[in-house]
Amino acid sequence: MTENAITNGHVVRTRGLTKRYGEVRAVDAVDLEVSEGDVYGFLGANGSGKSTTLRMLLGLVLPTSGDAQVLGQPMPAARRSVLPRIGALVEGPGAYPHLSGRANLALLEATGSDRGARAERKARIVAALEQVGLDPGDRRPTRAYSLGMRQRLGLAAALMRQPRLLVLDEPTNGLDPQGIQAIRQLLLDLNQRGTTILLSSHLLAEVEQMCTRVGVLDRGRLVLQERLDVLLRPTGLVDVRTPDAFRCASLLGDDVVRIEGERLVIRSDDPAGLNAHLVDRGLRVVEVGFHRPDLERVVLEAAAGAS
Amino acid sequence: MIAVELIKMMRRPRTWLIIGMLLALPTLVAVLLAVTELGPRPGTGPPFLSAVLSDGTLFPLAALGVVLPLFLPIAVAVLGGDAIAGESQTGTLRYLLVRPVGRTHLLLAKLTTVVAFVLLAVLVVAAVSYVEGRLLLGEAPAGGGTVSLSGSTLSEDELGWRMALALGYVVVSMLGVAAVALFLSTLTTSSIGAALGTVGVLIASTVLLGLDAATALHPYLPTRYWLAFVDLFRDPILWRDVQRGLLVQLSYLLVFTLAAWASFSTKDITD
Repeated sequence: MTENAITNGHVVRTRGLTKRYGEVRAVDAVDLEVSEGDVYGFLGANGSGKSTTLRMLLGLVLPTSGDAQVLGQPMPAARRSVLPRIGALVEGPGAYPHLSGRANLALLEATGSDRGARAERKARIVAALEQVGLDPGDRRPTRAYSLGMRQRLGLAAALMRQPRLLVLDEPTNGLDPQGIQAIRQLLLDLNQRGTTILLSSHLLAEVEQMCTRVGVLDRGRLVLQERLDVLLRPTGLVDVRTPDAFRCASLLGDDVVRIEGERLVIRSDDPAGLNAHLVDRGLRVVEVGFHRPDLERVVLEAAAGAS
Repeated sequence: MIAVELIKMMRRPRTWLIIGMLLALPTLVAVLLAVTELGPRPGTGPPFLSAVLSDGTLFPLAALGVVLPLFLPIAVAVLGGDAIAGESQTGTLRYLLVRPVGRTHLLLAKLTTVVAFVLLAVLVVAAVSYVEGRLLLGEAPAGGGTVSLSGSTLSEDELGWRMALALGYVVVSMLGVAAVALFLSTLTTSSIGAALGTVGVLIASTVLLGLDAATALHPYLPTRYWLAFVDLFRDPILWRDVQRGLLVQLSYLLVFTLAAWASFSTKDITD
């Protein structure tokens, strides 16, 4: 595709993207890169600038400086040709309270130049509602919907017209655990079929389970952007849990990186061998395994390193 | 987009509630007049109200005279104030813009819808009050036509097109209010705030009209020529105030629509 040639496979690429409100830099020189096929997890505390960044990508908020390319074209200048290929859920769903979910989608679909024939629209709406687990026959007004149902309705609106890029702000907000599981599976399926997903979240577990790439925003600055498997790759360390922590430490000497109560982190590539060694010497071992960095620590360290 | 906005307006219960309220006052007036047969003395009440006891066909105009100074502008302020701010409040504005709907396009669709509402409201008020006038109030003298404000007699045809002109003038009179409300609606996320701001502008205009020291400002006030539709029932028609009224309304429409466009097209949508 010609678009990919322009952006080197980047579906989203920003350079020095900045939004200033008076003296406050809500988003400060962010260079975001989302590749084709990514599930990109955009992390950060509340108020770190995630939503403002996503809104700039969608042309809702106009950047103070810097530029943003989405699907190979500059935003917000090319919003007319870019936005029809994007599905978005931004800071919660929006719906007219006196109309049913289906009527809401019908009104939204009927706007825009790519609306198509009425019968096509109807089929698209029914398909999208079923995809997110809402009943297309439900005639209740959305004011009677639960938070989770509204969230599903917002997702249905985003999924309409099979977008190439999904921009989702806290997509599982308000859903119960089964709902979260269902939506996660839905998003992974879509991703398998070629949809690139950019989702913001403050739920690290969610990001860890779904994402291929992570960006961390801290007070407007992008302090980390890396593939998840690179961040979480084995570190050449092994975790050991033993009630005989001190004997273990004296036995292994310089290989011990740190001790936290019964837990030791030991420099080693071979947990099985280490276990055999310790047991041979009469030490009681509760647990042995590869030491993997957990995402929470990685994120916190990235944020701490920035300040 | 305009069609979608019109459908949205027609499907909102609020639209019909407002029209119902617009109908309530003239209906009450008609009933009271029919029961008591006490009209205001000529020149004291709203225009035409004294004439309807003898000729019920004039009641639509009396009804508009009752509704125009206060009820209709408030209804327009509420709808216009809700145009953008209301979409903000329901969280649907961002999804419309991401759909994408062009901002200018959305603004024009909203303005058209408010004008369509005024047209609808005026037509319904006129039609219902015509029926009420014929049923409850005086019958026109048989074959004699209707007496104009200048004392001459108007044929039924003549009365018909003059009524049509008057209805059109009432709709145009609301353009200024609609544009002001739309502009305020782009500035805030509170539709009540935008509506109250618009009503404030109208109250200020009315107060200044009653103040002799503000005479120099009078020709530029949005409410100054609202009741000029009465002049369409003089013989010959007195065009001066009607023309000025049109000019004032179109100026307000132009200025405030441009202001709304300038404010909305560069606005950060953060809600």
